[in-house]
Amino acid sequence: MCGAKAGGPDASTIKPGETTIQGSVTRDGEPVTGYVRLLDSTGEFTAEVPTSATGQFRFYAAEGTWTLRALVPGGSADRTVVAQQGGLAEVAIAV
Amino acid sequence: MSRSDVLVDADWVQENLDDPNVAVVEVDEDTSAYDKNHIRNAIRIDWTKDLQDPVRRDFIDQEGFEKLLSAKGIANDTLVVLYGGNNNWFASYAYWYFKLYGHENVKLLDGGRKKWELDSRDLVAEVPQRPATEYKAKPQNTAIRAFREDVVNAIGNQNLVDVRSPDEFSGKLLAPAHLPQEQSQRPGHVPSARNIPWSKNANDDGTFKSDEELKALYADEQVDLAKDTIAYCRIGERSALTWFVLHELLGVENVKNYDGSWTEYGSLVGVPIELGANK
Repeated sequence: MCGAKAGGPDASTIKPGETTIQGSVTRDGEPVTGYVRLLDSTGEFTAEVPTSATGQFRFYAAEGTWTLRALVPGGSADRTVVAQQGGLAEVAIAV
Repeated sequence: MSRSDVLVDADWVQENLDDPNVAVVEVDEDTSAYDKNHIRNAIRIDWTKDLQDPVRRDFIDQEGFEKLLSAKGIANDTLVVLYGGNNNWFASYAYWYFKLYGHENVKLLDGGRKKWELDSRDLVAEVPQRPATEYKAKPQNTAIRAFREDVVNAIGNQNLVDVRSPDEFSGKLLAPAHLPQEQSQRPGHVPSARNIPWSKNANDDGTFKSDEELKALYADEQVDLAKDTIAYCRIGERSALTWFVLHELLGVENVKNYDGSWTEYGSLVGVPIELGANK
């Protein structure tokens, strides 16, 4: 199955040891829907998901430094995250 | 061929939503996105159910495509405007698929669903009905579809453009980072392929870059567009977007999309595979 579900892959599909980056996007403290892009350490695009209705997103990635770019109507914001092998990185993005 | 022959913008779609000779069609990677909402009067084609043979790994045949389009209310002279999520990956795939079966009157909505949403344009849940037609398809135009033998024969001879992310190309990941890690038996890429990720063709909002930027992209990566070209990714949807850029926007001839892509090639016995980053 290849569909990119809003919010990223379903939590039930997380495999043990998978390097995961997840979080939520807010504006003025409220969840906002839009898109989150995952850029690698050189700024190259790697993946993108639409956020869930509550502004959440999740990516599977490799260890390393990544940039998350949130795109919402009328705005965008970048956040840097360091993912550890097999770890879960949580990132809150305020636009 | 100019951009206006193959692309429409959101304003054009907004103005032509009620034209019965225009069929706006959502083809989304997330096939449930349409259920939530869609552009008014847009119908859905489900790439997992409508466009694939239910048993073999292959497309539906010519007769199946005729039945599908007839049931969807698309006639041979209908202008089909495709759009979808994820920067039009699967809308580009459907565009290529429509061309494969000879439907010439087809265009993409530049930026797809994402641009429409980021513009805060209206989306509705109401599902429209289009009267059935008697669509006639042409035999597949395999001049735009590559098979595994074409790819093996292209090694070192033709342009092979691997449009996956650098980590998929190098062998670090088997699938895009937002999808479960599954699919091919082996990671890596086809020897002699250049890694030009599909994303380099598009702006952040999903619209295509200018012709000048696109020409510079392929020239900088030493892709000689005078030679025949095969584009591939994991299952042929991202590479359909690159096929669209090369064949439809830049007017390059002899460009094929390899829909078997890495899930087929990376599972073949005996074919050469290369690991590591773009050289």
